[in-house]
Amino acid sequence: MAQAQSLENAHVQHHFRSSDQQFSSSKLGMWLFLFTEVMFFGGLFVAYIIYRAWNPELFTMAATELSTVLGGINTVVLIGSSLTCALAIRAAQTNNQKMIVNYLLVTIVLATVFLVIKYFEYTAKFEVGILPGGMYTFEGIDHPKASVFFSIYYMMTGLHGIHVIIGIGLMIWLVVKARAGAYSSAYYTPVEITGLYWHLVDIIWIFLFPLMYLID
Amino acid sequence: MSAAATNGNTLKVRYFDIDENPPKNYLNAESGLKSWLFTVDHKRIGLMYLASIALFFFVGGVLALVLRTELFTPAENLMNAETYNRIFTLHGAIMVFLFIIPSIPAALGNFLLPIMLGAKDVAFPRLNLASFWIYSIGALFTLASLAVNPIDTGWTFYTPYSVQTGSAVILMTFGVFIMGFSSILTGMNFIVTVHKMRAPGMTWGRLPLFIWAMYATSVIQVLATPVLAITLALLIMERTLGIGIFDPALGGDPVLYQHFFWFYSHPAVYIMIVPAFGVISELIGTFSRKTVFGYWAIAMSSLAIAFIGSLVWGHHMFVSGQSELSTVVFSFLTFFVGIPTGIKIFNWLATMHKGSIDMKTPMLYACIFLFLFTIGGVTGIMLGAISVNVQLHDTYYVVAHFHYVMMGGTVMAFLGGLHFWWPKMTGKMYSEFWGRISAVIIFIGFNLTFLPQFIMGSQGMPRRYYSYIEQFQTMHQLSTIGSYVLGIGFVIIAVYLAHSLWKGEKATSNPWGARTLDWMTSSPPLQHNFNYQPVVTNGAYDYHKPISDFTLGISDDVYHGNDHEGDIRKQSAETV
Repeated sequence: MAQAQSLENAHVQHHFRSSDQQFSSSKLGMWLFLFTEVMFFGGLFVAYIIYRAWNPELFTMAATELSTVLGGINTVVLIGSSLTCALAIRAAQTNNQKMIVNYLLVTIVLATVFLVIKYFEYTAKFEVGILPGGMYTFEGIDHPKASVFFSIYYMMTGLHGIHVIIGIGLMIWLVVKARAGAYSSAYYTPVEITGLYWHLVDIIWIFLFPLMYLID
Repeated sequence: MSAAATNGNTLKVRYFDIDENPPKNYLNAESGLKSWLFTVDHKRIGLMYLASIALFFFVGGVLALVLRTELFTPAENLMNAETYNRIFTLHGAIMVFLFIIPSIPAALGNFLLPIMLGAKDVAFPRLNLASFWIYSIGALFTLASLAVNPIDTGWTFYTPYSVQTGSAVILMTFGVFIMGFSSILTGMNFIVTVHKMRAPGMTWGRLPLFIWAMYATSVIQVLATPVLAITLALLIMERTLGIGIFDPALGGDPVLYQHFFWFYSHPAVYIMIVPAFGVISELIGTFSRKTVFGYWAIAMSSLAIAFIGSLVWGHHMFVSGQSELSTVVFSFLTFFVGIPTGIKIFNWLATMHKGSIDMKTPMLYACIFLFLFTIGGVTGIMLGAISVNVQLHDTYYVVAHFHYVMMGGTVMAFLGGLHFWWPKMTGKMYSEFWGRISAVIIFIGFNLTFLPQFIMGSQGMPRRYYSYIEQFQTMHQLSTIGSYVLGIGFVIIAVYLAHSLWKGEKATSNPWGARTLDWMTSSPPLQHNFNYQPVVTNGAYDYHKPISDFTLGISDDVYHGNDHEGDIRKQSAETV
């Protein structure tokens, strides 16, 4: 009997008393981590608020340089990826091994599409001399602090982009494990907490998009 | 057969005798360097932190003695002004980021938190090991900056100077940035462990006060440290790309840097001192042989400090060009944070009142703490008053204040805790005689070092100067002599603690007669802390109950991997 129990609970690390305890611990840990992420980005949002309060006209002028269409497409892409990510978790809960992998792959593709669009946005900016900080040479915006807006833009979207790349890495790892049949309704903690992370990456973008692109 | 009537399950439990001499404990269960460097055992990780912070305390301490030696006369004794700037920066940065922030939480906290909760380990053991490695990598970056071009900005890295100076600001701040993640991961791990890993019957009201303090500290670590990370990331970007957020030459705002920096670094002061409060609660309860007075007041005041302490950062910037309104608000909130701190002090005194006080070395340190920390705290309230602050800003008065809090508070509590848990961690008793002697030497040396600094500061001696006008010479010399006395005290501690490892008497499982779970396992503890799942039916400070009531355990299948073979005294059914 003891052996049967240990097979069923093979995923439970020895210091946990039960599978439930392990699952809820992992989830709480992830929520706390997301909280630190909010504080991390929070510093940048505060910088944004302060510089916008000081230079409101700069922000409305500079925002016109950003492509609302590309930003809008990216928003839809990222929200879509959050949906497929949630569906992957649902597939794990219903023991649908094949669909876990498929939904994760779709999520990875959408995340990659986001990065590709972002790449074209960045390079278009670089070509006209909109570079971060001291390298800024663009003359289309008649404001002495124009470079500061784009510094904040690059810091925020760049940091967000790094988070997207990390998310893709995590999901590739999940796909490999899921292919080997590691996840089922009895154990899908990594899928669940990666999903939490991915939703946060999505939400940060949902704040970044209107703050950067949709200022009027 | 006690039947604690709370809502919960009734468990079949047994009373165990503590196995005093288990053949295997956490120190000898595995051997070799790899078994330490890649261990996921919270106790071994705690010891590795302890060794690291001891090393950095030594380095920072030697730097402090070098500074004091330079200040023996107003002349250029050892170094020029530039070298002095670098040395005091390194002293500050090493003591703050490498020693005092990880001191109690990462060393003692890692070792004790799971045992006190009756758990086998922290919730995420591998993350715990990762946090130690991240700390080590961060420390390497910091040391690399020392080799390349020691930084001269002061430990606060204020812009615009930190953007202009030629010293290795990027290496240093990147090191601190990395170490911040170590702190965040430890905090997360502890919060989850306290929430999810408590033994059956370990209710929130039975948590040792050390755990409450660690919990409040972890909340601050998780809340504030990410802001330091983004601040330092922006500072690094400012230096490399010139992003113009903090640099006034590019349209940035240096006061914004100060806001960001102190939004972390003031709460960080509470990351340093709140764990010390936890240690003191344990020491005073144990050595007064009395239930801690005002358990909930002490527990909740830790959280209150964490909360209010996050809203006082502006008191570092009273003369930086902050608006008058925010200055007044920050000043008021600074006074306000004194209330929960005062609540703690009075509850400790009430605990000692009519207790059977046993002046062992740890308790001696607890009393030194009460004395020194109260001076440090009250002078902090004075500095929170706007007009006084303007007068005393950047003088030795501030230096003396934070040394009374950080060293007189945290370091004394750390030393008390180190002696208290030394038998548990190493299985050996230290020399009580030398323990008391060195405690007295440290007390004298400390006051000789820092009391004159209060006087000098109030007379206008500015901080961070390698020279001074002659009227301050007597005070500076007293202070320097005091620092040497302090140094001798620490050398004595190092000698007799090291000696105890080889020649020390074998420690019993509970040499102090304490009631918390860390004393319910052998000294040193077993590899997985307990051979059975402990059950808790008493409070952490129930000194009115006999010690035999305190060793309950479940021996059922609830805890897989149960291999207890010890004697079972009796069985009972407990509702937990």
